[in-house]
Amino acid sequence: MTEIAADDQAAPTATQPKERLIYRHTLWVRSWHWINALSLLILLLSGLQVFNADPQLSWGMTTDFDHPLVSIDSAGDGPQMRGITTVLGHRFDTTGVLGASRGADGQPEDRGFPRWATLPSLRDLGAGRHWHFLFAWIFVVNGVFFVAYTLWSRHLKRDLWPTLDDLKSIPASIWEHIRLKHPEGEAAARYNVLQKLAYLVVLYGLLPMMLLTGLTMSPGMDAALPGLLWVFGGRQSARTLHFLSASGIVIFFLIHIFEVFAAGVFNEMRSIVTGYFVVKTHAPAPAPTSVAAAEGAGE
Amino acid sequence: MIGPTLNRRRLAALIAATGGATLGACDKIADDDKVARGVGTAEVLTRTVQRLILSPGQLAPEYRESEISKFFKPNGSTDPESDAYVALRDAGFKDWRLEVTGLVEHPLSLSLDQLRAQPSRTQITRHDCVEGWSCIGKWKGARLGDLLTRAKLKPQAKYIVFHCADSLGDADDGSEDYYESIGLADAFHAQTILAYDMNDQPLGVPHGAPIRLRVERHLGYKQAKYVMKVEAVASLDKLHGGYGGYWEDRGYEWYGGI
Repeated sequence: MTEIAADDQAAPTATQPKERLIYRHTLWVRSWHWINALSLLILLLSGLQVFNADPQLSWGMTTDFDHPLVSIDSAGDGPQMRGITTVLGHRFDTTGVLGASRGADGQPEDRGFPRWATLPSLRDLGAGRHWHFLFAWIFVVNGVFFVAYTLWSRHLKRDLWPTLDDLKSIPASIWEHIRLKHPEGEAAARYNVLQKLAYLVVLYGLLPMMLLTGLTMSPGMDAALPGLLWVFGGRQSARTLHFLSASGIVIFFLIHIFEVFAAGVFNEMRSIVTGYFVVKTHAPAPAPTSVAAAEGAGE
Repeated sequence: MIGPTLNRRRLAALIAATGGATLGACDKIADDDKVARGVGTAEVLTRTVQRLILSPGQLAPEYRESEISKFFKPNGSTDPESDAYVALRDAGFKDWRLEVTGLVEHPLSLSLDQLRAQPSRTQITRHDCVEGWSCIGKWKGARLGDLLTRAKLKPQAKYIVFHCADSLGDADDGSEDYYESIGLADAFHAQTILAYDMNDQPLGVPHGAPIRLRVERHLGYKQAKYVMKVEAVASLDKLHGGYGGYWEDRGYEWYGGI
């Protein structure tokens, strides 16, 4: 994050708000972000298509057909069809969304996730797999470049890794988030501690987890790297963890979008599209001798 | 530049509309068969990388007796109805013969007893259905590599095709007959067998009696059941839909390793 332009209006007083434009996201980060966002969307929708071919989750090496952890079924026929979702033995009526939802002809159809949540919307495991694996490749190549970039450019160390002060400010930051108060001034120019931790968990936890649990479901990869099965407790466990990690990413996405709106959707969108972000300050801007500027990291 | 007149509702509506239109367009594109095949070309990359990672001799994981699934889900055809198959089945496969033909120097025709006398392998392996579920079973069968060595492949042979007795549709012109194919590396893999026993019993009809292919390291639809004829070919183009298998002709990946 390099300051590239300071407002050159007449020197403001300490009480006068002042807007300063900073270059917040490099082209690398922005490209990664959008390619990743598109990949994850396609992977989610096609993944739910694949899930629908066997809408249940088990733990261990093989499927427990009698007592799965989660199963999505239907009961009855025609307009009376009900969707039943069973989680750890507890049954829920999920008609309309899970188990039974409207098909292309408007009639209830026996399917795990509904039409609007799958790619393609029609039941087509073959096509769903094609989309899933094509975008899995795009996701992986994009991710490898990004991880290399975060290390090489020191984006990881400089912007994402929490400092000791950050960690000490966790309680305060939680309280700020609860009150929907967002950092202003210079503090807005960098990620807050909860944001850093969320990004780290997703980038270095959930996203690699998606890849590794996905590979564990491959009989070919299990022959090449049997350790994968051991790490995740079996093929069906890996499938369950794949589903749970994806759910984690969906939850992250919802919070992420909520925070974008709460923090100011125009400024946030501008920064992730063009790179430029406006920081409002109440005090005169410090001289441009920030760490990044001193490093000459003109990205 | 960002005035207080910012209309969040309109912006949200715009984003929702754009998102909805994108999804709709995606879905139209996704339903197009040509696009599906285009998207599917990523399989070439997947297959190439998998073959790089997976050395030819590497074995699929094998399991303990105690890990054998109590229930092994039969899938696809479970009771072929063709007159020819029913007659063979009702006679206990006494008259059944496995043909090994095509690009071979010495075509074979083996009865079930003769097949049982061939070099065999017993393995407890995991069956991973393309749908997502897994079961563990114990298989004993004739090693395909040894059979092919005996029949002696001609140099032009590139693929081994398995013609099956079952049909998944109502067509009686053979267009919906099940078939599968594998490359030579997989055909000569140590765990590739024509299994006649499952869990120490003769293979049952739901699981492909009298024999089914076990080509571990691949998904369930590659494990052809009710195998009648093994054919060595130079190309898959002229067979049925040309993609090398019943499900491959209907959009699944040929390699099926993930």
